[in-house]
Amino acid sequence: MNALSFIPLLLALILSPLLFGVINRTKALFAGRRGQPLLQTYYDLWKLLRKGAVYSRTTTWIFRAGPMVGLAAAWVAATLVPLGNFPALIAFPADFLLFAGLLGLMRFFTVVAALDTGSSFEGMGASREVFFSALTEPALFVVLATLARQTGQLSLSTMFEPVSGADWLHGGPVLALVIIALMIVLLAENARIPVDDPNTHLELTMIHEVMVLDHSGPDFAFILYAAALKLWMLGALVLSMVLPSSGGNPWLSLALVSGGMFGLAVVIGVIESVMARLRLLVVPQLLIGAGAVATVALILTLR
Amino acid sequence: MTANSISTVRNGQKVDLANLPLVAFGDFRDAIVSAVKAGARLSALFGVALQEADVQGRHAAPGLGDLRLFAVLAQEAEGMLAVTSTRVGDTYPALTPDCPQAHWFEREIAEQWGVKPEGHPWLKPIRFHHSYRKGRDAWNRPVEIPIQPGVTNFFTMTGDEVHEVAVGPVHAGIIEPGHFRFQCHGEKVYHLEISLGYQHRGVERALIGGPGKRTISYMETLAGDTTIGHTLTYCEAVEALADCRVPARAQALRAIALELERLANHTGDLGALANDIGYLPTASYCGRIRGDFLNLTALICGNRFGRGLIRPGGVLFDLDEARQKQLEERLAEAHKDVTNAVELLWDTSSVRARFENAGPVSREMAVELGLVGVVARASGLGHDVRSQFPSGIYRFAQIPVSSYHTGSVFARAYVRWMEIQRSIAFVFDQLKALPDGPVRSEIGTLAANSAVVSLTEGWRGEICHVALTDAHGRFAHYKIVDPSFHNWMGLALALRNQQISDFPLCNKSFNLSYCGHDL
Repeated sequence: MNALSFIPLLLALILSPLLFGVINRTKALFAGRRGQPLLQTYYDLWKLLRKGAVYSRTTTWIFRAGPMVGLAAAWVAATLVPLGNFPALIAFPADFLLFAGLLGLMRFFTVVAALDTGSSFEGMGASREVFFSALTEPALFVVLATLARQTGQLSLSTMFEPVSGADWLHGGPVLALVIIALMIVLLAENARIPVDDPNTHLELTMIHEVMVLDHSGPDFAFILYAAALKLWMLGALVLSMVLPSSGGNPWLSLALVSGGMFGLAVVIGVIESVMARLRLLVVPQLLIGAGAVATVALILTLR
Repeated sequence: MTANSISTVRNGQKVDLANLPLVAFGDFRDAIVSAVKAGARLSALFGVALQEADVQGRHAAPGLGDLRLFAVLAQEAEGMLAVTSTRVGDTYPALTPDCPQAHWFEREIAEQWGVKPEGHPWLKPIRFHHSYRKGRDAWNRPVEIPIQPGVTNFFTMTGDEVHEVAVGPVHAGIIEPGHFRFQCHGEKVYHLEISLGYQHRGVERALIGGPGKRTISYMETLAGDTTIGHTLTYCEAVEALADCRVPARAQALRAIALELERLANHTGDLGALANDIGYLPTASYCGRIRGDFLNLTALICGNRFGRGLIRPGGVLFDLDEARQKQLEERLAEAHKDVTNAVELLWDTSSVRARFENAGPVSREMAVELGLVGVVARASGLGHDVRSQFPSGIYRFAQIPVSSYHTGSVFARAYVRWMEIQRSIAFVFDQLKALPDGPVRSEIGTLAANSAVVSLTEGWRGEICHVALTDAHGRFAHYKIVDPSFHNWMGLALALRNQQISDFPLCNKSFNLSYCGHDL
């Protein structure tokens, strides 16, 4: 372990809230507006942390534990995620199982905290979240299995190593399919359009947002920060497959990963600007589609 | 049904109250039910309490009650309105079982006057206020206990996995208060019940004894987004009662204002529909362009919503040549912008996938419920006051009726788009041929003991005002029917078997007024 291995974690902790700023700015550009400041999420986090929290009398400790467990899980998961040419801080065989498990833990606590409020809105959101994640998780695992098979590795840091031109030449179709599937998983897991609309104010249409409606103050800051980290982590996985190798130059690597992450945020912003959200009933089709695409990739590796 | 149980009047025609038919209840009921079966639509059904003198005086007859019920039927095919009336006591056999269009009206009558329409399938208050006649209440609620809006029985479903979702009266967006109760199984809505009344201000009661200084302000604020529509309807009613001829130039300016109001609201609605499905470009552009249209109204009269523009006898503001030219230029600019923004909707497949088949209202259901306006036209009906009961400049300048046949959110959005184009063309035509002359004429006193029905096609649909005057030419009763009054039930039924997540979209495609309903 050297100083360089802290870089993916540090970048994730510091820069992840900036992703929302970039996405919002991109969307504002499409809408002909100037948009909120790039650093708005940081201001929001700071504001929320200084506020008090309001707890409903009907809630129990589960409601209070939800945001804390969520953020803690996100922090631990961030130590397992490589970024471009930088391997993760912690890497061991089959660490991807821990990674997926931590994401699952985050979701589980968000869901039970939502159910704890007893609100019909939050119950609906929780039900949608659980249904949709039951479809995204298999897709994620098939993606990971495909990469494990393709690379012969069992750790995220080695599975998601930068790909070279030769890799594309040999396993181009597999890589392309995996990137498509992973991108859909990223949009679904992070409550982005076309699956969810992070900007809507309509409770009846929400998935993720509606589950956290009753959280306030520092609790909500934790949720917001954990969401930013989750977007960063899944973004880092997608990015690691598209970025070329920097040939061991750390500065070039740093420029590549930072530029790449914000490029990805712009891509998400563009997707959100040019299409409407799917009907809720159609979302499972998209998610099952992601699983199918990943399965095709897996079959290709088994030839 | 006797031949004279109904009398036929034109939109905005003054009639002597004594000449209005006053028939036995059986004839009244038969006349309405058969007229509605024959294709007429119930525009208004309301009660007026008779004075003590009337009950004992010349109308005295055993068995007749002390509440006079009036019905106004719109006969689109003839372009004429049919009016009839009867008298009822504490109870009467409800019309609703044979004429669902009367459903909401009879609940209103029961609440206002404490009479009971017997056999009404769902007799509940609609605005949650005490009866106008102290001590008489259709639900026997005591006078001293205040009535809380929304506190009532709701339709419920039972079953292991059935769940109920209550939304409002306080909402996440900046909208008016209203309560929605959904009976769901998973994402599927089996029933939606809408409970309003949070904005009840008692406007109709406040108008009695008018017109006074406040009357016009009440009209301008009945529903803030329909200022021109309601004020125009009111002015045409008063002008008819006072035999006032409005100068041609004023009539043209009024129509321009009415169409600008339609343009601003339809554009805003299309933007809001895009916003509800997360389609960003149209949502943001239409938000701005709506402001451009509002500013055109401000160019005419200095107020974006047209307050202070329309007054009995004409309009308060004339359009000079420089501003007329500016209006044309800015309208052409807004036309270009709105075309670009809205056509994105029809060109984007993900948008069409959301709009099509969402919240369908069949033509049969629209007829049965007596829906009006954009909603009715989107279900294939041809209702449009501007073409069937024209008043003012619309008698000379026709505007084509825009309708679509699928009754879905897409249809309601597309009808709005067609109307935007036709309204813009209409305003250009009017500006090109703006008549000369004054913009206001003197208005005298109102005729005594008279009645008038005034209809206007507001941007939501048919606005109906009925004014009755007393022996001194003052309002004895003033009835207002906002298009939302007809259409809220349509929204409730459009949601059946839909996903609950599509409710905001369906709701926006109706975009009904809460305060226009609550009065």
